[in-house]
Amino acid sequence: MASTDTSTAAKDAVEGGDGGRPADDTAGLEAGLDALESVEPRRTPLRQTLLQKVLPPVVAVLLVVAVWQLLVTLRIVDDPTKLPAPSDVWAEIEESWLQGELLGYIWTSVSRGLLGFLLALAIGTPLGLLVARVRFVRAALGPILSGLQSLPSVAWVPPAVIWLGLNNSMMYAVILLGAVPSIANGLVSGVDQVPPLFLRAGRTLGATGLKGAWHIVMPAALPGYVAGMKQGWAFSWRSLMAAEIIASSPDLGIGLGQLLENGRNASSMSLVFLAIILILVVGIAIDLLIFSPLERRILRGRGLLVKS
Amino acid sequence: MATITLATAEDTRTDVRSAARIEHVSKSFAGPAGTQLVLDDISLDVAPGEFVTLLGASGCGKSTLLNLVAGLDRPTSGAITTDGRPALMFQEHALFPWLTAGKNIELALKLRGVDKSLRRDRAEELLELVRLKGAYGKRVHELSGGMRQRVALARAIAQDSRLLLMDEPFAALDAITRDVLHDELTRIWRETDLSVLFVTHNVREAVRLAQRVVLLSSRPGRIAHEWQVDIPHPRRIEDAAVAELSVEITEQLRGEIRRHGQH
Repeated sequence: MASTDTSTAAKDAVEGGDGGRPADDTAGLEAGLDALESVEPRRTPLRQTLLQKVLPPVVAVLLVVAVWQLLVTLRIVDDPTKLPAPSDVWAEIEESWLQGELLGYIWTSVSRGLLGFLLALAIGTPLGLLVARVRFVRAALGPILSGLQSLPSVAWVPPAVIWLGLNNSMMYAVILLGAVPSIANGLVSGVDQVPPLFLRAGRTLGATGLKGAWHIVMPAALPGYVAGMKQGWAFSWRSLMAAEIIASSPDLGIGLGQLLENGRNASSMSLVFLAIILILVVGIAIDLLIFSPLERRILRGRGLLVKS
Repeated sequence: MATITLATAEDTRTDVRSAARIEHVSKSFAGPAGTQLVLDDISLDVAPGEFVTLLGASGCGKSTLLNLVAGLDRPTSGAITTDGRPALMFQEHALFPWLTAGKNIELALKLRGVDKSLRRDRAEELLELVRLKGAYGKRVHELSGGMRQRVALARAIAQDSRLLLMDEPFAALDAITRDVLHDELTRIWRETDLSVLFVTHNVREAVRLAQRVVLLSSRPGRIAHEWQVDIPHPRRIEDAAVAELSVEITEQLRGEIRRHGQH
């Protein structure tokens, strides 16, 4: 607003008070309406969160272990080489923990997985932006990206081994081929879902071109982008496990996939179980610790998280 | 007048006494049944500080006209001159949900090049202008419909345009909230040197707010009639004078609509 004085002849001609009624009256009415209609943000108390979010999965896991234990105790499956007792698997975990190897296995895989994911993010983001914004690139690469998403990444292991040999680069290549399409596609659908109203509003505010991309398109597309990132992580982790199981070499160090393969070779079912449980737990933990909080934070800030 | 001193060199070749000058503007769109004429030879001047409402039934192209004035679209023929880029308010609040109320306003300030150190204070001032002191850190979804439209109004004013375009901004609000926002808009319009071009299909609203009501016919949109509204402020939507003029305008509007049933 340039000035607060009534500056035009037309307005000077207007007689009388403020709006339609005395100013105090309007202000009071407005304050009343505001108080009646606004929603107070409310945080769920910790007890309720524990009860509603933490308890159910814990109960589910305990149930699975109980059924497992029953199968063994009641001798329904009476062959430890096919189904070891939960206690045997636990003993296996304890042993490798005491030998100080457990964290080593986990770290080998997690560091590979996360580094590969970050690389995939660095490649998938600009690629996604290009596909979303440049019509020619979209027509050329869009279908290929969608197609790649449905290709099981394990299919990339043999060519990667042939091209790059048995080394870490081959692992990263497989991760990239698995995760880049997910991340790029997530960003593309995020950009596609930006409401046209935001673009129009942005343009009237002067956000055009690069400014528009930075201030309007990118933040508006963020939820889709994060969903793509989440999926990208899942694909990274899966691809990596496939690569680790298939391609083993002493130079590569032992990751979780390798551990699983070692268990098979040694016919140790409890080691196989240990490896599978660790792969599952790590995949879930990364999602729970990094991506879910990020996604919830973004959605909650926009009022998109419906509380049940 | 402030408008003249602030007009840029570029504006001197046009008539700077207009906040918006619409000259013989026509607009047609390519449709399934060939080219469809939406606006037909519209000429309209909005004087600085003037409050004009554009009134019409569905299909009169009033929103199309507003888009043309806002520069979001180009006329098929004719010319539109405005004093700088106009601000635009929509029926939906169009606030960005990833920003707080205050940051939405600050984005408008930033995009017109206001220095970072001044933005926060300016945003607080504008929130105070729409009587939303203390709403700076509020998220958009935490605000009621009326509050959102007030933040949107503050954001539009933050653009520092001479002309504010409003596309049925209160149509989605309940009657009491709308009534209060009419008061607020009138107050802010009178406190500032804004010109307003306000589109609505609500006759009472048009009369309640405007100095001049322009009636558009439908398909194609043409200017059918104009009324000067000399009812003194403060006005209320229930005022007898408002009602009386509304009856007259509604008659005319119905006549325009009836014409379409006859073909």
